Amino acid sequence: MVDKIVLDVSDLRIDFHTEQGKIRAVDQVDFQLKKGRILGIAGESGCGKSVTALSIMRLLPKPVSRIVKGRALYNDQNIYDLPVSDMRSIRGKKISMIFQEPMTALNPVHGIGKQLIEIYKLHFPGLSYREMAAASLKMLRKVGIPDPDKVMKKYPHHLSGGMRQRIMIAMSLACEPDILIADEPTTALDVTVQAQILDLIRSFQAKSNMSVILITHDLGVIAENCDDVVVMYAGRIAEKADALTLFKYPRHPYTIGLLKSIPSLAGEPKTILPTIKGNVPSLQDMPDGCRFASRCPVAEEICKKKVPGQRSMGHNHTAACHLADTKFFEKKGFI
Amino acid sequence: MAILEVKNLKKYFPVTGGIFLRRTGFVYALDDVSFIVNKGETLGIVGESGCGKTTLGRCIMGLYDPTDGKVIINGRDVSCLNSHKRKELSLNLQMIFQDPFESLDPRQTIKEILEEKYLIHGKRIGNLVPEISDLIKRVGLLPDTLSKFPHEFSGGQRQRIGIARAISLEPEIIICDEPVSALDVSVQSKILNLLLELQRILGLTYIFISHDLSVVKHVSDRIAVMYLGKIVEIANANDIYNNGQHPYTHALLSSIPVPDPESRRKRIVLKGEVPSVENPPLGCRFNTRCEQAQNICHEKEPSLFKNAKDPGHLTACHLFF
Repeated sequence: MVDKIVLDVSDLRIDFHTEQGKIRAVDQVDFQLKKGRILGIAGESGCGKSVTALSIMRLLPKPVSRIVKGRALYNDQNIYDLPVSDMRSIRGKKISMIFQEPMTALNPVHGIGKQLIEIYKLHFPGLSYREMAAASLKMLRKVGIPDPDKVMKKYPHHLSGGMRQRIMIAMSLACEPDILIADEPTTALDVTVQAQILDLIRSFQAKSNMSVILITHDLGVIAENCDDVVVMYAGRIAEKADALTLFKYPRHPYTIGLLKSIPSLAGEPKTILPTIKGNVPSLQDMPDGCRFASRCPVAEEICKKKVPGQRSMGHNHTAACHLADTKFFEKKGFI
Repeated sequence: MAILEVKNLKKYFPVTGGIFLRRTGFVYALDDVSFIVNKGETLGIVGESGCGKTTLGRCIMGLYDPTDGKVIINGRDVSCLNSHKRKELSLNLQMIFQDPFESLDPRQTIKEILEEKYLIHGKRIGNLVPEISDLIKRVGLLPDTLSKFPHEFSGGQRQRIGIARAISLEPEIIICDEPVSALDVSVQSKILNLLLELQRILGLTYIFISHDLSVVKHVSDRIAVMYLGKIVEIANANDIYNNGQHPYTHALLSSIPVPDPESRRKRIVLKGEVPSVENPPLGCRFNTRCEQAQNICHEKEPSLFKNAKDPGHLTACHLFF
């Protein structure tokens, strides 16, 4: 069965106009989000993963940033072309988002109850106040908050980070969206709480067959939760595959290097970790060819000159690398 | 040989409230923590936020005065020194901080930042440039960094500057408080390699504080797991992973995401959250979240018991003894 594609982003390019000049934050980004699947977007800071997510919500800062080209098809309409009023009925209702920092995402001067009810006021204006309050309570109970009646009257600073993130999840799922974008939802949380929050997101996803875009820098989180993975590097997509393939048969030298450089729990302590040499080039001063060329252990002349396109590496598996080929890497002693 | 010994260390922070700011209670940040660190080894300290790991580092550094208990370095009790003696001690004890963006003065050049240590300790006045260039090279930065300001560097480079500053006076002990948690994965591995290499060359002793068990396991010889101001288990790094005993250690291990989709395991997802440190639960502090808790766990606080087979492996749990 072919999975239905709910969101189709293609050829996306986003520029930022800053005092230092034009910065191309995202370039040539293509991906498809399938119905009922969790898509992970992985990458280090500055790789463009959050900017991509914000562009889908149409929340990019204006007028600094501009979507130069590309489209994001949702229900056969291009999100980037929608009028603001139409976008308002989609944002929060059909596509909603959880942010990294639950403290800054909640309004500190309003009670939790008021903030939850606001969502219903906006998207279901027909309901009575009593119905909205009841729906909010039900939502809080669903995300596993103890004593939801009391929590409704509390303010964000009364709650712990994990509880705040649960409230954020309750808010973003209140309208039963088709797509949930979770931008580093657990980065600010402890590992034991992180496990709870990810379980919660997954159980909702399975129940309502919603599609999720999970953005994180933690490849462990991706491996344990996602069906499909997009690895981004310096504003472009380095590699795309389903999770099993990506972690088992990574093809792009960046993915390979990144996976090797994570300290493993099972490994022997106090051994030297493999690293990727150099640093991410500055966005103002990107090399012409492959953006990873200066750090790549197998780079050749062509990498410095020509931008690599997505080459197919197998079923639903592409890598943006001129040289990606197991035999070639083996010859070079890379893997 | 023990270079550092912590004995029954306690740190309570008073909580004040009301109009007269009377003391209404205490935050029991550290409650009866004891351990030793041998020369040249790395003791990893791991735990969730609020478990007291940073307070522990700061008490050892002397940035906080402990409420009770002793910190013994090279046989000398250093827990309540006056500022003059404290300064002398800091020749031997240095710290690397978590946030490389806040721990460097933005108005000083790298040269000034590194020189300051020598000047404070009156080590040498005059031309320090050769020494500082040497330091900078040692941590893998280019000599032209010296005239630059901190904002010109990336997070990883700044952390290298922080490391250069910490090793400048050739201390024996360095306390690393979450040195890599603000960094990206590919940068993190470089900083960890640098720390390991410096330890090998200079014979440093580390106390490595982090919330990330896989990072701690990678750099440590021994690991202490902390929960709500107490050490719940302390053992060799491999033993914690292969043979961990405390239920909290198990839960912590199983909640770490592993970058391998084939190993999606049955996870132990802990119920609830860490209780408030202001009124920790009676008995074992983990009893509110422990699935195996018995009556005794609610009544009596377990102390650290020695494992019968391995005297270096201590666990604070009633269920094992």
